Amino acid sequence: MKIKNIAAIFLILLSIWILLNSQFQIEVMIIGVILSFVISIIMGSRITVFNELKFSFGSVFYTIWYLFVFLAELVKSNLDVARRVLTPSLPINPGIIKTKTVLKSKMGRMILANSITLTPGTLTVDIEDDILYIHCIDVCCEDIDKATAAIVDKFEKILVKIYG
Amino acid sequence: MGNILEIIGAVLVLLGSVFLFLGALGLVRMPDLYNRIQAGTKASTLGTFLTLFGLLLIIPEWWGKLVLLMTFILITNPVSSHVLARAAHYIKIPLTDKTVADLLNKEETTYKVNEEIKNE
Amino acid sequence: MVNTLLFISAIIILLAILLTFYRFIKGPTAPDRLVAFDVMTVSSLALIGLIAKFSSRIIYLDVAIVYGLLSFLGVIIVSRYFERGL
Repeated sequence: MKIKNIAAIFLILLSIWILLNSQFQIEVMIIGVILSFVISIIMGSRITVFNELKFSFGSVFYTIWYLFVFLAELVKSNLDVARRVLTPSLPINPGIIKTKTVLKSKMGRMILANSITLTPGTLTVDIEDDILYIHCIDVCCEDIDKATAAIVDKFEKILVKIYG
Repeated sequence: MGNILEIIGAVLVLLGSVFLFLGALGLVRMPDLYNRIQAGTKASTLGTFLTLFGLLLIIPEWWGKLVLLMTFILITNPVSSHVLARAAHYIKIPLTDKTVADLLNKEETTYKVNEEIKNE
Repeated sequence: MVNTLLFISAIIILLAILLTFYRFIKGPTAPDRLVAFDVMTVSSLALIGLIAKFSSRIIYLDVAIVYGLLSFLGVIIVSRYFERGL
């Protein structure tokens, strides 16, 4: 349990170090490994977010797949907002609605909320347990089940496979 | 070959700057705070992302820091917009007249969260 | 060709920052100004990247990283202050 946590923090810190230096000389790498190891040992017992991560082939595959789905939605959302901004009459129909999620883990909920924020016309305002309050630029339906089907489901069905 | 990559990169930079401009225009035109957050943060995320990606195609030697910046923006921007929207709803910034529904009940949610903070 | 396109994009980004500056000055409430500040700093990250390309100095990208970090922390802290949760 704790080993997984330390390993996740170590890998993240090491990749940031490599990106910052962007060179693979042996001295640089040794310093990076030592520093990340010490910091991850110190912080390992305090940061508990990574406990829910699963290292397996399936989760890596679905993470990459999720990244592509997410980038496609990001482009779609920007075209949608650009169309609304450029129309002279400003066609908006805003409101705050409720949706529900089945995800249990904190990490999964965080990623879901961030993805919803960046998808077409929606913005997560608050989370209370499994209820997400979402501000829509164009409200489709006030019913909780229909809104969940329209906004949350397309991300959730991938995130369930990664975070269970 | 390198030349074609450079031109693709320059076009991506141009596209990103157009998205940034549209986001700024949305920030000026939208009627209330929440719609401004929607227009502003989304467009600025994709705009900056595309600009840095175009720079990555033009100057591949700078990959490390550019990739770090792109990941950083992709992670932090939605977080800051969400925190801002929550804070604005908490201090009762009014929604525009066109608003259809407001199902967020303040007394139930935000006060509870603040109690948790006090207990820590 | 490439440099001209990059120059045009830099000017467009500058115009965008000016537009957000209008909202920053006018914005009726404090959160409006904070949104304008957020968009302004994120746009200037792109501008700093372009300036780094023009003067071909990678060190400017470090400036962009620290700038982005400070802007993110600033927005979070001011939002928490609005919520009286600081």
